Amino acid sequence: MIENIDPGLVDWSRAQFALTAIYHWLFVPLTLGLSFIIAFMETIYVKTGKDEWRRLTRFWMTLFGINFAIGVATGIILEFEFGTNWSNYSWFVGDIFGAPLAIEGILAFFLESTFVAVMFFGWNKVNKKFHLLSTWLVAIGANLSALWILVANSWMQNPVGMTFNPETARNEMLNFWEVLFNPVAVDKFLHTISSGFVFASMFVMGISCWFLIKKREEIFAGRSILIAGIFGLASSLFLAFTGDSSARTISKVQPVKFAAFEALSEGKENAPLVAFGVLKESGKKIGSRDLPEFLFKIEIPDLLSVMTEGNKDAYVPGIIDRINGNPGKGIISVAEKTEKGKIAMNYLSDYKKARENKDNEQITNLLNKFKDKDFRDNYFRYFGYAYISSPEDVIPDIYGSFYSFHMMVMLGFLFILIFSLALIFLFNGTIIKQKWFLRIVLYSIPLPLIAGELGWILTEMGRQPWIIQDLMPVSVGVSNIGKASVQTTFWLFTFLFTALLITEISIMIKQIKTGPTH
Amino acid sequence: MKSLLRPLHSLFIFYVEGFRNMSSWGKRAWLIIIIKLFIIFAILKIFFFQDFLGRRYSNDAQKSEYVRNQILNPEDKDD
Repeated sequence: MIENIDPGLVDWSRAQFALTAIYHWLFVPLTLGLSFIIAFMETIYVKTGKDEWRRLTRFWMTLFGINFAIGVATGIILEFEFGTNWSNYSWFVGDIFGAPLAIEGILAFFLESTFVAVMFFGWNKVNKKFHLLSTWLVAIGANLSALWILVANSWMQNPVGMTFNPETARNEMLNFWEVLFNPVAVDKFLHTISSGFVFASMFVMGISCWFLIKKREEIFAGRSILIAGIFGLASSLFLAFTGDSSARTISKVQPVKFAAFEALSEGKENAPLVAFGVLKESGKKIGSRDLPEFLFKIEIPDLLSVMTEGNKDAYVPGIIDRINGNPGKGIISVAEKTEKGKIAMNYLSDYKKARENKDNEQITNLLNKFKDKDFRDNYFRYFGYAYISSPEDVIPDIYGSFYSFHMMVMLGFLFILIFSLALIFLFNGTIIKQKWFLRIVLYSIPLPLIAGELGWILTEMGRQPWIIQDLMPVSVGVSNIGKASVQTTFWLFTFLFTALLITEISIMIKQIKTGPTH
Repeated sequence: MKSLLRPLHSLFIFYVEGFRNMSSWGKRAWLIIIIKLFIIFAILKIFFFQDFLGRRYSNDAQKSEYVRNQILNPEDKDD
């Protein structure tokens, strides 16, 4: 059914969206985390009245301001792309996507036009406590703003709380709270903001270490490391906790993605967790797809079973179970899902014919059918499978999923180590002497950002072929526009975002070299 | 009326003074924001990112029909 869609158009549209999202995500995490670090510092300033803390706050606020200015509105381009390149998808998701994005837009507008202005213009003009309140509101508002985007994204990973209306060809929200408290949304929000906290902490610590290497502003640097070290350590531990919870949720709602990022071809009881591994081609296939095996791996016995089911003897299904089905474990095959999806699709086709024939009785019957809970839960939820011609088409890129997941996790543990060492060296008073460590922290600044991008690559690549899990493949969501126009805007964005990034880095480096001046 | 306008006037002065006393990095950041918003809204939105459905169909019923057909026949490239 979808074999005739130009794969070039789909690939370029995906590449363009990925490029925009990846660049947008270069700016967002620092805003999310640095806003809280500034709020902590300013709170200490207001509590103690010591000018050194005011100096600290204002320096990091300057860097926050530069990042905020460069990053603001880069996300709007993603919304343009929805309407132009992904019009079928945008229409199909209806108000499920529209409502959270509208809330985010309103929140961001009020936040940016009021409290950010007080933060930057309000020193010496408003009283200390009101200024501090504004700083906290910016931090909370920026993170809440992220919530709504992540709620929308989570619905794409696990569509809940809606019903499809064949008359409008849109999904309509049935339960706002179900959409908001979608388990994927809760995990994703907490995991994403804590990854932003970790990046901001590493950023503050790295720059502070640079000051120490240069033997400048040692008291300022030490206090910055103290705040960033504590916040970074707490956030990186929380990141591991939310990551674990997130993986467990994915094992339930996106089981093929889960099996792919664990490279678990065959299901097993007492499943071990692969802490580190290298994949190679096995020659073993499912349909036309190769199922890799491990060239080398370090495993932790039983841990995957414990993490997914809380029981070391539990069976963890693999890719083969998910594709061919495993009736003994209550897993239905892709072929069965395809049959159910086709039944749902036929009802939509019947609805279209009934409209053309002006058969009002049939129209009413079919509208009621789509509202019926049993139909929604057992047929419409597999709607997208009607487009799947080969069962193995629902397997994402196993190599990409496995490596992006495992590199992200390894980096996560590295951050815990770095923050712990920083605090140990700071408390025993030897941090200035640990030149090797200061350099490691400085060069580690981009690592949390890389880990965050890997997380997004896993999230989005790992759910292929779906643009909306089980409901719509990417190739159906794309607009019928010329490939050339997508290619043109792809290169335009590459140029625009690279220019913005270079500008940000150059202004920031200049301000960092100037140091805290207030 | 005067008492109603006073807070608005103070707010206006707050912003004017804020912009007037802005540091050099702040002025540069605002210049970047203005250029960026111009590129996004006056160039990208108008010339490259027109609303695909909005440009072709004048009402929601037509858009629904188009998308319904696309869902049923995604390989159909004819508008």
